[in-house]
Amino acid sequence: MTDETARMGWFSRLAHPGQFLQWSRHWVAPLAVVTAILFAVGLWFALFNSPEDYQMGQTVRIMYVHVPNAWLSELCYGVMAIAALGTLVWRHPMADVAAKSAAPLGAAFTAMALFTGSMWGRPTWGTYWEWDGRMTSYLILFLMYLGIVALWNAFEDQLRAARVVAVVTLVGAINIPIIIFSVVWWNTLHQPSSIIAKGGPRMPPSLLIPLLVMTLAFTFLFATLHVVRMRTEVLRRRAASLERRHAAEAGGN
Amino acid sequence: MLTSTEGIGFVVAAYLGVGIVTLGLIAWAMLDARRQKRRLAALEAKGVSRRSSGGN
Amino acid sequence: MRPFFALVRRDLRLATRIGGDALTLILFFVLVAVIVPFAVGPDRVLLARLAPAIVWIAALLSVLLGLDRLFHADHEDGSLFALRQAALPLEAVVLAKLAAHWIATALPLIVTTPVLAALLNMSAGALVSTMLALAVGTPALVAFGAIGASVTVSLRRGGLIAPVLILPLSIPILIFGVGASSGQATPGAASAALIYLSAISLLAVAFAPFGAALALRMSAE
Repeated sequence: MTDETARMGWFSRLAHPGQFLQWSRHWVAPLAVVTAILFAVGLWFALFNSPEDYQMGQTVRIMYVHVPNAWLSELCYGVMAIAALGTLVWRHPMADVAAKSAAPLGAAFTAMALFTGSMWGRPTWGTYWEWDGRMTSYLILFLMYLGIVALWNAFEDQLRAARVVAVVTLVGAINIPIIIFSVVWWNTLHQPSSIIAKGGPRMPPSLLIPLLVMTLAFTFLFATLHVVRMRTEVLRRRAASLERRHAAEAGGN
Repeated sequence: MLTSTEGIGFVVAAYLGVGIVTLGLIAWAMLDARRQKRRLAALEAKGVSRRSSGGN
Repeated sequence: MRPFFALVRRDLRLATRIGGDALTLILFFVLVAVIVPFAVGPDRVLLARLAPAIVWIAALLSVLLGLDRLFHADHEDGSLFALRQAALPLEAVVLAKLAAHWIATALPLIVTTPVLAALLNMSAGALVSTMLALAVGTPALVAFGAIGASVTVSLRRGGLIAPVLILPLSIPILIFGVGASSGQATPGAASAALIYLSAISLLAVAFAPFGAALALRMSAE
C-alpha cells in the first residue's frame, strides 16, 4: 500500500470500488470456508442427528431448509432497502453495486422458500399450494424481486438504473407491511376456519439446533455470494467502461 | 399424524431442489466472476489502460 | 394555485383531444367484463358472486393500460423537461397530472360500471357499493401507477415493466376494494375494507407525487 492509501479513512476504503476490490479479496475464501463448515454441520443435524416430529414425521426436516430461506428472502430485501437509502440519501458509490448484486440472490432464496413450503405443505396439509397469509406474502415478495431484476436489466445506463431501482425498492419496502396486512385480512375473510400454525410456538432443542445451524449456514452463503457478486459487478463495470473508451478511441482514429 | 416414512419423498425433493438452486447460484457467481476477469485481462492485453494507476 | 389548475385543464384537454382515447379504455373495461362469462359460463348466480371481483380486475387492467399516457407523451416531446424548470414544483406537477389522469381515465370507468352490473347480474346494492369502492380506491391505483410510469418513462421498451412493478403493490387495493364492494361474508368486513381502502388511497395520493417526481428527475438525467 502506498502512503496515500494508508492515509485513506475507513469510509473511503468502504466506498471506493477499487479499494473495495482490494480488501474484499481477503474475505471470500474465509466466508466460503465458514459457509461450507456450517452446511456440513447443519445437514448432519438436519438429516441425521435430529428426531422426527411427533405430528409431522420426517417432513419436519423440510423446515430446516424452508425457514432459513424464508428468513433470507426478508434479510435480502432489507439489505436492498438499506442500499437504496445509501444510493438516494448518501450517494454512496458502492450502494447500488450492493443492491444490484443482492436482487437475484433474494429472488432465488424466495423461490426456494416457496418451493420448500410447497413440499412441506403437500404431505402435511394435503395441497401443494395453500393461499394462506404467509405463503401468499412470500409469493408477492418473489414477484417484487423479479420486477426489480427486470428493472435492472431494462436500463442500459446502470447508474441511472441504480437511482430508479432505489426508489422502487423503497416504495416496495413501505408497501410490504400493507401487503402483509391486507393478505392476512383477506385470508381470514375467506378461510375463517383454517388457522394453521406452522412449526408451533415452542420448539425443543433437538429441533432448534439444526434450525439455527442451517439458518446460519444460509446466512453465510448469502454473505459469501453477495461479496463475490459485488466484486464481479465492479469488474464488469470496469471492463465495460474500458471497452467503451477503447471503442471511442478506435473510432476517433 | 404422519408415520415414520411417509412424506420422505417430499423431504428428498425439498433438499434436492434447494441443493440444485444453491449449487447453481454458486456456479453462476463463480463463472460470472471468471468471465469478467477474463474480459479485463483481454483488455489489458490489448493495451487499454485505466486513467488512475492503482492496481487491482 | 392557478398554474396547478391550468396544468390539470391542459392535461384534460389533451386527453380528450387525442382521438377519443378515453372511450377506448372504457371499451376495454367493458370487454374484460364481457369475456369473463365466456370463460366462466353464463350461470347468473355465479356471475353475481364474481361480479365485484371482475369489475375490479377490469378496472385495474384498464388503469394499467392507460398509464402509458401519463408521462410518456410529455417526455417524448420535451414538455416534461420544460415542466421540470417551471415555477410549480415537480411534485405539484405530478399531482396535477394524477388528478387529470384520474378524471380522464378512472371517472369514466366508474360511470360505466352500471353497464357491467347489468352484464354480470349485480344487485343494485352491490352496484352502489362497488361504485363507491371504485371511487375511493382508483386514486390509489392511479397513484401507484404514476410511480410505475415515472420509473419507466425513459425506457424505450419499458411498456411491460410498469404493470409488472405495480401489480404486486396493487394487491392490497384489490383485496380491500373487492372487500368493500359487498358480496363478502359480513357487512362489518365491508365497512372495515372501505376504511382501509380510504387510508391507502390517502397515503398513496399524498406520497406518490414525491416518489414519482424523484424518479422523473432521475430518469431524465
